[in-house]
Amino acid sequence: MDYVLMKGNEAIAEAALRAGCRFYAGYPITPQSEILEYMSVNMEKRGGIFIQGENEIASMSMLYGAAACGVRCMSSSSGPGFDLKQEEISYLSAAELPAVVVNAMRYGLGDGEITAGQDSYWVSTRGGGHGDKRLIVLAPASVQECADLTYLAFDLAEKYRNVVEILSDGAVCQMIEKCYLPEAKEHDMNKFDWALTGKPRDQKKNKAYNVSYYEGYDSYNPRIRNKLHTMFRDEQRWESFMVEDAEIVLVAYGISSRVCRSAVRQARKEGLKLGLIRPITVWPYPRKAFENVPDSVKAYVSVEMSLTSQMGEDIILASHGDRPLYGYLTAKELPTVEGIIDYCREIQAGKVQPMEVI
Amino acid sequence: MADIIMAGFGGQGVLTAGKILIDVAAAEGKNVSWTSSYGAEMRGGTASCSVVVSEEEIGSPYPTKLDILLAMNEPSYDKFVPQMRDGGIVIVNSSLMSEREYPTNVKVYKVAATDLANSIENSRGANLVMLGAMMKTSKLMDADYFGKGLEEYFGRKGRSNPKNLECYQMGIDTVSEA
Repeated sequence: MDYVLMKGNEAIAEAALRAGCRFYAGYPITPQSEILEYMSVNMEKRGGIFIQGENEIASMSMLYGAAACGVRCMSSSSGPGFDLKQEEISYLSAAELPAVVVNAMRYGLGDGEITAGQDSYWVSTRGGGHGDKRLIVLAPASVQECADLTYLAFDLAEKYRNVVEILSDGAVCQMIEKCYLPEAKEHDMNKFDWALTGKPRDQKKNKAYNVSYYEGYDSYNPRIRNKLHTMFRDEQRWESFMVEDAEIVLVAYGISSRVCRSAVRQARKEGLKLGLIRPITVWPYPRKAFENVPDSVKAYVSVEMSLTSQMGEDIILASHGDRPLYGYLTAKELPTVEGIIDYCREIQAGKVQPMEVI
Repeated sequence: MADIIMAGFGGQGVLTAGKILIDVAAAEGKNVSWTSSYGAEMRGGTASCSVVVSEEEIGSPYPTKLDILLAMNEPSYDKFVPQMRDGGIVIVNSSLMSEREYPTNVKVYKVAATDLANSIENSRGANLVMLGAMMKTSKLMDADYFGKGLEEYFGRKGRSNPKNLECYQMGIDTVSEA
């Protein structure tokens, strides 16, 4: 199989098309506009529909319609644009409609910056609008994973009738690497027993609104609770890198995890045994990765491009606070290999304190 | 393994130079990554891309220590030369550099990329002059092999132009120690 050289954004778009995505609606915003551009060029060729909506909210409402009809569908945005999608994510969740949304994180509040950041962790893992629901959130750290996880996202969305989010960042989505694309497949929009298909007058019709209204809470509550717990139990994904004999374990996802990998290798050349736990799903958070961490590990360091640690709570929950947790938090700047190693040496020298997760 | 930054004014083709480099290196079986600086840059400001070429799996695509720097203008040179590893290779576009002292911990080479490209009326080929100078001095890849890859790159885009290879060859032929 031949590789292609493409940006993370392009890999997401192409993998979505190969997964059978035949409806895309969105609105441009840096740093994810290549997804929209790629869809505008290629969606029609695959027999699907591309719409640049008048805004993010309208685009998400269009997605609702496509999902209700059983079509594999996707939207994408970033920063303030992704905020606008929250209401409709709640509605999609209420109706249990499968859909894939991409959030390419840019740094900062409000309009913020157009460059990479990782401070949309909370809105991705705790957000999705109001109500008690969860999104499965996949965080690629390479162009290859942009393709693989997007391809997977559509299957997971259908399996659980749930919204699945691809949480990339302005670095991973803009970088070019080799990528081996998954095989193209067709999706049959008529295969579901729940989708709207246009039945004759005398037949019972499917509904595409809040499921609790027609199922009734007596049945709905335990079923949804069970679904959330099943997703949490079965869909944790992560990679452990050189944790077996580590003294300090870095915890990072997305672009930060790439820098951490280099830091682990470099530190070991210098005699400092670092390891890395890299969540691939940030919801469900990979708690299993923190089971059986060896006694040699004396501390965790969360490496994030955020102002305070947004992932810290999850690390504490996953590790039951069994070790001190430090934060190497670089906000708008990319972490550096040298910076991470220096910080870990300061931890060993007792010069920095564990962080208070707020 | 080489950590590389290519930098210059917006419009000088540094991002394209990086894309050509990863295209040929990837075809040769190497792992590659390409990232560009983007942001609210001023018109005429610095544009740059980071390229990593490696036999091994690539960790950070944002190298902070460099083996090779291609500086197509003076501000780019000033900005990135402090990141050079000892013994690294710096190639400057002497058309746009003032007379100055160069550090001794790195090997600095000069090539009049802008003037040479203009001399054959292919002003947008200055980046290719720089690539020629880079292949000659760094030995990152075989210079002939890279030249063929460069032609293929433009051919695939339907933009074949014999002057491109000519620019590349002038870089090989005229690069000299600064």
